[in-house]
Amino acid sequence: MSVKKIDEPTGTETMGHEWDGIEELNTPLPTWWLWTFYACIAFAIGYCVVYPAIPGLKEGSHGTAGWTSRGDLAKEMDAAKAARAPVLAALDATPIEDLPKNADLMAKAVAGGKAAFKVNCVPCHGSAAQGSVGFPNLNDDDWLWGGTLTDIQQTLTHGIRQPGDMETRNSAMPAFGRDGILKAAEVQDVVSYVRSLSGLEPAGAAAQRGSALFAANCVACHGPEGKGNRMFGAPNLADKIWLYGGDRVAITNTVTNAHAGVMPAWNTRLDGATIKMLAAYVHSLGGGENFSQPAAPAAAEAASGGQ
Amino acid sequence: MVTVISRAGIWLVLLLLSFAAMLAAKDSGFAIHMGVFALAALIGLWVSISKPDYSRLAKGLGPKALADNTRYYDDVIRWGVIATVFWGMAGFLVGLVIALQLSWPDLNLEPWLNFGRMRPLHTSAVIFAFGGNALLATSFYVVQRTCRARLAFEPLARFVFWGYQLFIVLAATGYLLGISQGKEYAEPEWYVDIWLTIVWVSYLAVFVGTIVKRSEPHIYVANWFYLSFIITVALLHLVNNMAIPVSFLGSQSISFFAGVQGALVQWWYGHNAVGFFLTAGFLGMMYYFVPKQAQRPVYSYRLSIIHFWALIFLYIWAGPHHLHYTALPDWAQTLGMVFSIMLWMPSWGGMINGLMTLNGAWDKLRTDPVLRMFVMSLAFYGMSTFEGPMMSVKAVNSLSHYTNWTIGHVHSGALGWNGMVTFGAIYYLTPRLWGREQMYSLRMVNWHFWSATLGIVFYAASMWVAGITQGLMWREYGADGYLVNSFADAVAAIHPMYVLRAFGGLLYLGGAAVMAYNVWRTIAKGDIRNEAPLYNIDQNRDADRPLTAVPAE
Repeated sequence: MSVKKIDEPTGTETMGHEWDGIEELNTPLPTWWLWTFYACIAFAIGYCVVYPAIPGLKEGSHGTAGWTSRGDLAKEMDAAKAARAPVLAALDATPIEDLPKNADLMAKAVAGGKAAFKVNCVPCHGSAAQGSVGFPNLNDDDWLWGGTLTDIQQTLTHGIRQPGDMETRNSAMPAFGRDGILKAAEVQDVVSYVRSLSGLEPAGAAAQRGSALFAANCVACHGPEGKGNRMFGAPNLADKIWLYGGDRVAITNTVTNAHAGVMPAWNTRLDGATIKMLAAYVHSLGGGENFSQPAAPAAAEAASGGQ
Repeated sequence: MVTVISRAGIWLVLLLLSFAAMLAAKDSGFAIHMGVFALAALIGLWVSISKPDYSRLAKGLGPKALADNTRYYDDVIRWGVIATVFWGMAGFLVGLVIALQLSWPDLNLEPWLNFGRMRPLHTSAVIFAFGGNALLATSFYVVQRTCRARLAFEPLARFVFWGYQLFIVLAATGYLLGISQGKEYAEPEWYVDIWLTIVWVSYLAVFVGTIVKRSEPHIYVANWFYLSFIITVALLHLVNNMAIPVSFLGSQSISFFAGVQGALVQWWYGHNAVGFFLTAGFLGMMYYFVPKQAQRPVYSYRLSIIHFWALIFLYIWAGPHHLHYTALPDWAQTLGMVFSIMLWMPSWGGMINGLMTLNGAWDKLRTDPVLRMFVMSLAFYGMSTFEGPMMSVKAVNSLSHYTNWTIGHVHSGALGWNGMVTFGAIYYLTPRLWGREQMYSLRMVNWHFWSATLGIVFYAASMWVAGITQGLMWREYGADGYLVNSFADAVAAIHPMYVLRAFGGLLYLGGAAVMAYNVWRTIAKGDIRNEAPLYNIDQNRDADRPLTAVPAE
């Protein structure tokens, strides 16, 4: 039953078996295939000599190269750390007030801050530091708590309303509507007035009424012209930048329920040099303020030269 | 009569047990699943009572007229072909949906249709439902033909088919309900795993039973591969799913293995699901359908022996390459890598044996779109079995791991190799199983071929670019010693690639839809489309005349 014959097109002998019409040729193993297979096996054996490969009762073989994946990681991390060490040491030694005097160190701090920002700050402030509802945009010169290097460093180090941090920046806006300080209609009047400050709506009768309410309830923190007060982190209401939205619904919600956004104190997670770098980076984004001049737009532009 | 009563009795007991478990269930997911079980048992009960011919039984004549033993038993195979097409369409569609979800996250519909639940639905649908049914159907077809023996234990074969469909339904509904044991490609929970074990052991019995009663002196190579696939998958399934149920009336369990041991067992399983389900099993398919379609002898018997044993010996060790640069001990990582490299040539042995079988029949590629599918599938098999060992090299892996390169790699294997060889087998089987002269349309097979091929190219190329982009962006260090990109930067950078990948998936799904229509038409109507033949030399009869002077006018 097993009949070997020569297959015409290839001239190769068959094995003589047949299954459902399928036959098999007795072609030898392709030489290149066999030798590549041997080469792979030889490589595998060699690799197992050089690298850890053989398990043992207590630990595996070490390999002649002494390579370990932990050691490899440590080496790379150490090299990166060593490359950064001079800058970190210089930053540790330099008070942040003196940073602008050292343009080279400032540039390096900004570069390091940019990297640290991506790891730590992007989730809330956005990949381009553009912020979102409840999380301030860090590219503009509208600062709640101040925009000098030291202000930003303070905010980073101790956070905003961070529970348990004695030096954290703190303030609480009353929930005027919810706590019954203002009636619902009065809240609407205040909203009209606040919106008229930045020209979002014309100052009508409601805004007139709101103006009186504002003077009685809000000026202590937001100032007589609604321009805010950094001591309390009270936002400027006369500009067109809104942390929680500037439409009637959003402002009604703010006046009714108030907001008290929290930023973590980063001194529990980051070292002092990294916080300085982050401060330098945020300062460089466009709105950083100089020490001598408070928030004048021209000064802010000058400060952004470090970016 | 005794058989009828005992079968109905088993179904009745199962029905009562699952109904009781449904009522006493600790969580709603388990209750729903026990309801599905009860429904399946009810159907089984109804079939076992209504089918038998009682007038024959009363006369003591045996269950029914004896089956025609002069023919092969093809009922299960016909069902399997239909199931393969059906689950294929479902799996490809869900794949397209999750590709779109990755491009536009708003398409996540919480909670039942979010990416986390849809993703295992896609992988299980294509691997186990589409690929599994293709393996069931073709293995039953091939083992009968190459053993020249009718299938053993026919009722058990029917149970294997329907039991496997029940497994698929339980797995799929479980994912959408949020039931998962969190092991990739082994997500179904303990009670579904037990059910699959029963089905799988039955499958082994039918397959081995048929080999045992063969009329051929030798066992054909395709059957070696099918058998290694069935046995190894049983082993993998049992070990990786060892778990203790939190409650026997609930859908949660705790794995036997914890920590890095759990990871190693999982990837021993995961990698060999690829190695034995998607490689060995499908090589079995290849070894039958390629020589049949090419009508040529297998290239080398010697190569088939050597590469078979090398493949199954080496594959089982390669799993740790999924855990490079993790808590897995270095020695295990090294072994995972070197076994993967040694696996390169044994894998290519299958490709060589398939492609070189076309020696003396290469011209058929011009005229036979089904053969073209097989050849393209072997080409993708060769590419991905080179790419795999390359990616297992630690230096390459440190770039490719956790990126979309891996996704591109598995899809060049899955869409190219598994998909194409299955499509070819479906086109081979459909006319033969339903007694048709040929498929309704060979042109449509050709459209399917090109649409699928283009789809794979879009898919694999976009994922290569996306993966290497991710790998390079994640590791990019600036001159000042800091990482340059945030994770979100890399996500934004690959968004166009995600969109292109979804487009590739759409092409692949479109091709499969053409196949579904073609198969349906062949089965339901059996007519042949009026179309131009695929290959035709222009006879140019006008020029077929002597050159004579034409008088000027």
